[in-house]
Amino acid sequence: MRILGIVVATVVALALQTTLMRFLSGTTAVDLVLVVVVYVALLFGPVAGLLTGTFAGLIQDALSIGVIGIGGLAKTIVGFLAGVIGTQFIVSQAPSRFVVFFAATVLHSVIFMGLYELLGLRDFGTPYARVLGQAFTNAVVGTVAFQVAELLPGAVERRRLNRARPRR
Amino acid sequence: MARLETRSRAGYLLLAAIVGHVLLISAQVNSKTGVPILEAVTFGVFAELERGTAAVTGSVRHTWSDYVGLRQARAENETLKRQLADAQIQLQEQRALADRTRSLAQMLELREGLELKTTAAEIIGAGSTPDFRTVTIDKGQRQGLATDMAVIAPAGVVGRIVVPGRLASKVQLLIDRNAAAAALVARSRAQGLVAGTGENRFRMEYVPTVSDIVVGDTVVTSGLDGIYPKGLVIGRIDSIDKTGSAWQIGIVPAVDFSSLEQVLVVLSSPTSTNDAPPQGARP
Repeated sequence: MRILGIVVATVVALALQTTLMRFLSGTTAVDLVLVVVVYVALLFGPVAGLLTGTFAGLIQDALSIGVIGIGGLAKTIVGFLAGVIGTQFIVSQAPSRFVVFFAATVLHSVIFMGLYELLGLRDFGTPYARVLGQAFTNAVVGTVAFQVAELLPGAVERRRLNRARPRR
Repeated sequence: MARLETRSRAGYLLLAAIVGHVLLISAQVNSKTGVPILEAVTFGVFAELERGTAAVTGSVRHTWSDYVGLRQARAENETLKRQLADAQIQLQEQRALADRTRSLAQMLELREGLELKTTAAEIIGAGSTPDFRTVTIDKGQRQGLATDMAVIAPAGVVGRIVVPGRLASKVQLLIDRNAAAAALVARSRAQGLVAGTGENRFRMEYVPTVSDIVVGDTVVTSGLDGIYPKGLVIGRIDSIDKTGSAWQIGIVPAVDFSSLEQVLVVLSSPTSTNDAPPQGARP
């Protein structure tokens, strides 16, 4: 059931990504697939993060015009490390989650762009502003996703309790 | 003890994944043959999902717009937009025709050209990663599309087909960092190479420092790359930095890539249209 949920989340993220990317670019761009990978890693640990990163990264690579495996490798490593951080440290508050999402995006960009530059396949120029902008956007989206996911069940429960309470 | 074992198992798994990825990357970097099977299959499957998503979002958008807008006004607006697009193309054709006639007269040559054969396509999705600027269109090999066919819009050049699927194709936009087109300045005929920056603008490179270029000049394709037919509008020069040995030339694209919905794919072979009289999106 958990695997199915992760697969569905990845596919939904990809579908949203391919719809949104037409309207977003540069520093406003967001990598929803990476957000899902880090989210899963923080929630379920390094192995789940690693496997989700591999799966999601390879699909994303296959849909892009780049080399298949570079994005996969970057997301695998980021998923694993995010999972390790999630198990070693307490990452239950919004600021700490924000930092993890931000750092994960920066690390992903370093591996992804570094490999492309290393292999001489692509020149990214000076992408600092773009990477930091994306890291910020990803961190906001990821943190909000966590907050919403945690608030929703509580909200439903509260609503149910309010309905069950006898009226005077 | 069990925790240690779990951790080492995760480590082995990570190692295996990294080795697998490296092997995968190595296989592709060394190979120079066509599209990888994994890419083609995944793209083919996902293109259908994109088509479905585009259909759903399109239908929702249309329903909403029908609900809030006046139907007749909308239809009239669409007709006018179409007419405007046609008129823009015709205007560009006429301008290009005049330019072309002038240069032909200068060369004292008259040649009969070929018509550009195009097919209309709708954009159904964008790139899956922010680092590549691509879009997916709803036409593929079944409609006669092939790799390196030029994709244009009424305003100018959009990009080229990089992955032709069976029913959908992936288009690399000219603003992608790895995209480039042979170009020339329409007024002075100074040649160079227009390259994407990853953002919504181009840079022009390899322009001789003795060239006559000013801000506001229109840049068009030169046709020398064998992909884009000659004379298609690329954009307008908005900045020139003449300090240093190589000029830094910035270009604002003629096409608004964020609002593209329909495009035209040039079906004619680029080599056969190089000497053709101007057609399609031209200055």
